[in-house]
Amino acid sequence: MAYASEKYKQRTMVPYPSDAIVPEVDLGKTPALECRHLGIQFGGLKAVDDFNITVGKTEIAGLIGPNGAGKTTVFNLLTKVYQPTTGMIMVNGMDTAGKSTIQVNQMGVARTFQNIRLFNQLSVEDNVKIGLQNQMKYSTLEGILRLPRYWSQEKKMHERAMELLSIFDMQDKADWKADALPYGAQRRLEIVRALASNPKLLLLDEPAAGMNPNETRDLMETIGKIRDEFQIAILLIEHDMKLVMGICEGICVLNFGKVIAKGTPEDIQNNPEVIEAYLGKNEEG
Amino acid sequence: MVFLSYLISGLSLGSVYAIIALGYTMVYGIAKMLNFAHGDVIMVGGYVSFLTMNSLGLPSWLAVILAVVVCTVLGIVIEGLAYKPLRSASSLAVLITAIGVSYFLQNAAQLLFGANPVVYIPVISGTISLFDGQLNISVVSVVTIAVCIVIMICLSAFISKSKMGKAMRACSEDKSAARLMGINVNKTISVTFAIGSALAAIAGVLLCSSYPTLMPTTGSMPGIKAFTAAVFGGIGSVPGAFIGGLLLGIIESMAKAYVSTNLANSIVFAVLIIVLLVRPVGILGKKVREKV
Amino acid sequence: MKKKSFFADRTTRRDFMTYAIVIICFIALSLLASNKVLGRAQIGLLVPVCCWIVAALGLNLCVGVLGELSLGHAGFMSVGCFTGITVSEAVSNAIPDPTLRLIMAVIIGAVFAGIVGFLVGIPVLRLKGDYLAIVTLAFGEIIKDIVNCLIIGVDEKGLHIIFNASGTKSASDLGLAEGGKTIIQGAQGAVGTTTISTFLGGFVLVMIALIIVLNFVKSRSGRAVMAIRDNRIAAEASGVNVTRYKMIAFTLSAAIAGAAGVLYGLNFSSIVATKFNFNTSILILVYVVLGGLGKMQGTLIAATVLYVLPELLRAFSDYRMLVYAIVLIIVMITTNNQQMKNLFLKIIPKRKNKEVQ
Repeated sequence: MAYASEKYKQRTMVPYPSDAIVPEVDLGKTPALECRHLGIQFGGLKAVDDFNITVGKTEIAGLIGPNGAGKTTVFNLLTKVYQPTTGMIMVNGMDTAGKSTIQVNQMGVARTFQNIRLFNQLSVEDNVKIGLQNQMKYSTLEGILRLPRYWSQEKKMHERAMELLSIFDMQDKADWKADALPYGAQRRLEIVRALASNPKLLLLDEPAAGMNPNETRDLMETIGKIRDEFQIAILLIEHDMKLVMGICEGICVLNFGKVIAKGTPEDIQNNPEVIEAYLGKNEEG
Repeated sequence: MVFLSYLISGLSLGSVYAIIALGYTMVYGIAKMLNFAHGDVIMVGGYVSFLTMNSLGLPSWLAVILAVVVCTVLGIVIEGLAYKPLRSASSLAVLITAIGVSYFLQNAAQLLFGANPVVYIPVISGTISLFDGQLNISVVSVVTIAVCIVIMICLSAFISKSKMGKAMRACSEDKSAARLMGINVNKTISVTFAIGSALAAIAGVLLCSSYPTLMPTTGSMPGIKAFTAAVFGGIGSVPGAFIGGLLLGIIESMAKAYVSTNLANSIVFAVLIIVLLVRPVGILGKKVREKV
Repeated sequence: MKKKSFFADRTTRRDFMTYAIVIICFIALSLLASNKVLGRAQIGLLVPVCCWIVAALGLNLCVGVLGELSLGHAGFMSVGCFTGITVSEAVSNAIPDPTLRLIMAVIIGAVFAGIVGFLVGIPVLRLKGDYLAIVTLAFGEIIKDIVNCLIIGVDEKGLHIIFNASGTKSASDLGLAEGGKTIIQGAQGAVGTTTISTFLGGFVLVMIALIIVLNFVKSRSGRAVMAIRDNRIAAEASGVNVTRYKMIAFTLSAAIAGAAGVLYGLNFSSIVATKFNFNTSILILVYVVLGGLGKMQGTLIAATVLYVLPELLRAFSDYRMLVYAIVLIIVMITTNNQQMKNLFLKIIPKRKNKEVQ
């Protein structure tokens, strides 16, 4: 776990009411995410069962587990792609019951996808502008007639998009078609697009998948930087243990839809159940 | 009694739709394309049988066989020349090509046979009188319904039991996986088109026997209706096409009889819309969950 | 998109090039027409060409930009057409000026078509792919049948409308007062319409449709529509109101097709509802697909060439549609077959295709 924390320091975690831990600085602030007894059933299969998690206001949290453990399903529940059959989800202290994907996004949840989902025919800049859609508004008619508000809002959008793209040094590729970008850059663009919708909680689904070690290291630093700059919580699913152990402050381990362990990276690495279910196998393989 | 006669004529019309829809749905299931030229194959089948009987003076059973043979060959040729080069193209490109083929067939027929309708002599004639003449059913209707049921049974058996039928199902699920399993995908698709076109030829003969006018555009409306029937039943599903076709025929016949002749087509389409709103994949269609 | 660098933007520059070319074509054709270089037959094509261009632009908004295949756009043209005719005929005494009447008819026709498009869109846009396509086809046929049953007349008391579902009613059932006139006679369609469509009107409509579509595509709403087309799930996750933007695009598309219908209807003294059938929808779709999905410039060219060519080939009347069909098939195969594409790429020097077209 060496290459992680040179630039980025994980912070002290302290207990939080109801069996959770949050970073010390987030104590007393409303957590970005709280799930209680969250579950979903597909037919007879409980894909996620009694899932509880608390993510502090500025915490970087990890969600790990073997393939098919239900990690992405948790993300789909959080973003209401699936409606949960049981339990509740609180985002920034607000209940998301009955809300749609779109509404949850407006409440401050943005995500990336395991299998990249960009707007392939749009330019890189336009992809980011879709994220800005709900912050800089003008009506369809104003757009068609190109009234003054069109110009001012589009200008603001352009500037903001460029600013966001600069996080990953992608300004020079703003005119590229999204599907012309290399794989790693597509993953980064998804993060930028998610950030553009001004989230309080950023969900990253395997952000380092398919990246080489150098790219992964850069990504880790950038994730830390994003948290520091935007002061948001990040929950990520990742198989790269160096990344998870290097930047996540709290980690939740899922297996067969159930949480089998929670705690700091040290706790997780020393948890025999986790080693058996996940890390043990991983080290052998 | 009147109701019963409408029901039977509806069933007969529905059987024709079902036979055409079976071809539509098989082609859709395997090639994932809307073959708008399918309706025009019906018309070709009609003309071939018409010419065999009228110009060559051959018996009607030979006319039917000849129509089936010509349409089968036509189906394979169309598939090979026009659709095969577009196997990996967008579905819209294939759709437009199918429309081109449809235009081609209609206009070729117009050049060869003229735009004016010809009077088709039914391959089977006569009526059956029941209940002391209160109920008259034409033999064609009965034959049509019977043929449709036979075709449905044979086709189901073929698809579920035979090797080629299994290959068809495999191709419709996943073409590249089927190819890896050693299935000749191109051949399977050709066979599907051949069967679909043969069915269209039979439908053509039956349709023209029930409604004895034949012109180059004869096939287009039944083609669209059969397509509707296929969607109605769940496109890609063989029993769905059968049920969809029958229901559509009955609805159309009833609407004509009891509501309005002018609006019969509209009523059929309205029912389709309502069905799709309740079940967006048709009556027997499979729901596909999108993976996120 | 800073205001300073307005013309530096490639797509903006191309939009203005397009406008310029359309204007030049209009001036050139007008001059040719007034100097009797064009024959009567050719002049007669000018307004219909404009109609098909506008209709195709509208459909491209639906198929290319929104990414939903519609097989029923002729239905929206039909709504526009017969609304426009009714408006124009009903106010012909009150507003004698044909230009003013044309403008009024086009606006009202487009609004009506837009409303119908909105209503049709509510159920249609809940479906996907081929199911959506078949339902648009169904609606197109239903609209055709309904219009086919309409008998409309006008007298000093206002409009009289009867719905001739049974097929037994006729214009005399309208109960028009002395001096009243029938505008639409059911299956016989609109007869005796004063033709007020002009090439200038057609040109203005093309320009307006072009500006609307091109500006829409580059606006916030257009971007949202294209995002939905490219990836609906990601669009939802980015907070894009999918239903709303789909409806906007579909309604706008229907309204533009409706405007085209008005222009078309007012160009002929008689027109029947069955003119706007499934085949007409397909005809427009062919323009859109051959011109290129989402490419409005391509639509302009494809609609013009594909409409005018068969008309000019009337001398070979028997073979022209056959040739048309063959050309259509060959074009589709050559432009969509991978081997053919590779062949072309070898011949034609490679373009930098990383940037947005």
